[in-house]
Amino acid sequence: MDTVVKDTLQYRIALRNCGLINPENIDDYIAVKGYEALAVTLEQYTPKKVINIVKESHLRGRGGGGFPTGIKWELTAREQSDEKYIICNADEGDPGAFMDRSILEGDPHSVIEAMIIAGYAIGASKGYVYIRAEYPLAIDRLETAIKQAKSYGFLGNNIFDSNFSFDLELKLGAGAFVCGEETALINSLQGLRGEPTKKPPFPSVSGFRQKPTNVNNVETFANIPAIILKGSDWFNAIGTDHSKGTKVFALAGKINNVGLVEVPMGTTLRDIIYEIGGGIVDDKQFKAVQTGGPSGGVITEENLDTPIDYESIRNIGSMMGSGGMIVLDEDDDMVEISKFFLDFTQDESCGKCTPCRIGTKRLYEILERLTNMEGSPEDLDLLEELAQNVKDSSLCGLGQSAPNPILSTIDRFREEYEAYAYRTKRTTYAIDDNKCIGCTKCSRVCPVDCITGEVKQVHVINEANCIACGACYNACPVDAIIKP
Amino acid sequence: MTTIDLDYSTLDQTKLDDLTAYIDSLEHPEESLIHVLHRAQKLFGYIPYNVQFFVAKTLKIGAARVNGVVSFYSFFNEQKPGKYTISVCMGTACYVRGAEKVLQKLLEKLEINKGDVTEDGLFSVKDVRCIGACGLAPVVTVGEKVYGHATEDMALDIIDKYRGDLDGN
Repeated sequence: MDTVVKDTLQYRIALRNCGLINPENIDDYIAVKGYEALAVTLEQYTPKKVINIVKESHLRGRGGGGFPTGIKWELTAREQSDEKYIICNADEGDPGAFMDRSILEGDPHSVIEAMIIAGYAIGASKGYVYIRAEYPLAIDRLETAIKQAKSYGFLGNNIFDSNFSFDLELKLGAGAFVCGEETALINSLQGLRGEPTKKPPFPSVSGFRQKPTNVNNVETFANIPAIILKGSDWFNAIGTDHSKGTKVFALAGKINNVGLVEVPMGTTLRDIIYEIGGGIVDDKQFKAVQTGGPSGGVITEENLDTPIDYESIRNIGSMMGSGGMIVLDEDDDMVEISKFFLDFTQDESCGKCTPCRIGTKRLYEILERLTNMEGSPEDLDLLEELAQNVKDSSLCGLGQSAPNPILSTIDRFREEYEAYAYRTKRTTYAIDDNKCIGCTKCSRVCPVDCITGEVKQVHVINEANCIACGACYNACPVDAIIKP
Repeated sequence: MTTIDLDYSTLDQTKLDDLTAYIDSLEHPEESLIHVLHRAQKLFGYIPYNVQFFVAKTLKIGAARVNGVVSFYSFFNEQKPGKYTISVCMGTACYVRGAEKVLQKLLEKLEINKGDVTEDGLFSVKDVRCIGACGLAPVVTVGEKVYGHATEDMALDIIDKYRGDLDGN
């Protein structure tokens, strides 16, 4: 179902085993050097050495933030505590992103192995995978994998006859986007409402059960066994100056090849969309690609040749995010896209802090007013001002990034916002007098009979009755129909 | 004012016993509230006030805390859903491929609002967060069954199919 397509530009690290091994059979994983990184770690490396390898690999958090993983581990390792915890964030809530689901369904053992290694490195003996309840197959496969790992002695007491013990448990989410934020996730793990808390204290100091806690994302973990086995130099050779390794993107929207791609950091969007993705559906005009989900922005034609990494994608006005990539074509209305994301964030706002709870709601209302043709030019100023305020004053990442879809689209597609604000936006179809050949095809397909005209004469749409169904647009052989 | 039914003696005793046994098996019951609620919803189909109250009593925590958690997470239903819950994925990929039209068609045909149940108790329609099947966008699910590349016509077919109970699942 999820296809990984055309392999010349791709380089698979996180997805190295997906689709190649049977995820429900631990022997399949062992056959491809599975749990070898764990054996090497426990038999040859000190915890400090493991952290150094990860630090030197320059692996950065693949959940979107891009924080250096090795430093995160070091911060948790240096805390003194009787108990510490490793948490895998598998609460993949970005709409249009399914990298983590695919890794957990296709290669659950790689995540388990990495969590045990992380546990050894920071001095934790207990780990939790926090996973969305919406992913039943991934939950199933993980449960199977954990059971198998226990029966093989990779989880439990005195792993590989070392004196290191580690156990792993699954914890289910219940549908709350904000739980992707690590402090909210930790609250949810403790059976509470998933509301974020102020940082500091960071989870590395006081997290789950007030103990030092290290939270990493699924894709980040999936990179770890490969880094341990092949070394940090190998990993450093892939990618750009500041972003090493690969990134998995979920390519979806108006693209021919929908699916996951894993490319070295520094690959251009043009290569991803046209070479790997096979271009736009029905050869329509590319308009933008939306990255970073509800926290991100849009990237337009002019930046398609920018090599993508954490820094460059920020410089062109979007963000890496977890890796969702939604391709938009000429038919997509950018104000509607912003409204879609704000509808999402205002609904998912946990309600704890005022700027996010009320601010996102008001932003959504302004967008609704605009798209209902009830807005005014002043609304655009208000929209921008409020967006900036919500961004500056919200408590957690959800609110701080919620206005990004608006700020990014209003910057690139201001004319679309103005068409709504000045109420000059067409809501019905029209016919171009110069192109119409009078073939009558449009009037024959119109479901409300609002197109009139004699054969071989220019036809006219009665705008009062047009329902904007688009039937005439599709029927016209000479492109004479003008879209709203 | 609506009266809130907290009387759990009217609930199915075997289901309550199952829930109690589950809670007893937990190492950290209070911390596992979300798991307990998942179990409760599986048993009862939804989590009405009296079930919430029972959970609170059994875990020895406040009912307000249980309600706070139930109402916070969108996965938990406080209202009884229809026999068939038709879920339309509202992930970005589904949205740009026309999920909104499919959703509107379903609501129009069934003459209900989002989240409501039809009068005959057969259907409820809701929008759901990305289910990660973006390759099949737009996606509609009924129970465990997934309908990919959904269209407005397909939406009508789905209703007919379950109304006629042809599928039987």
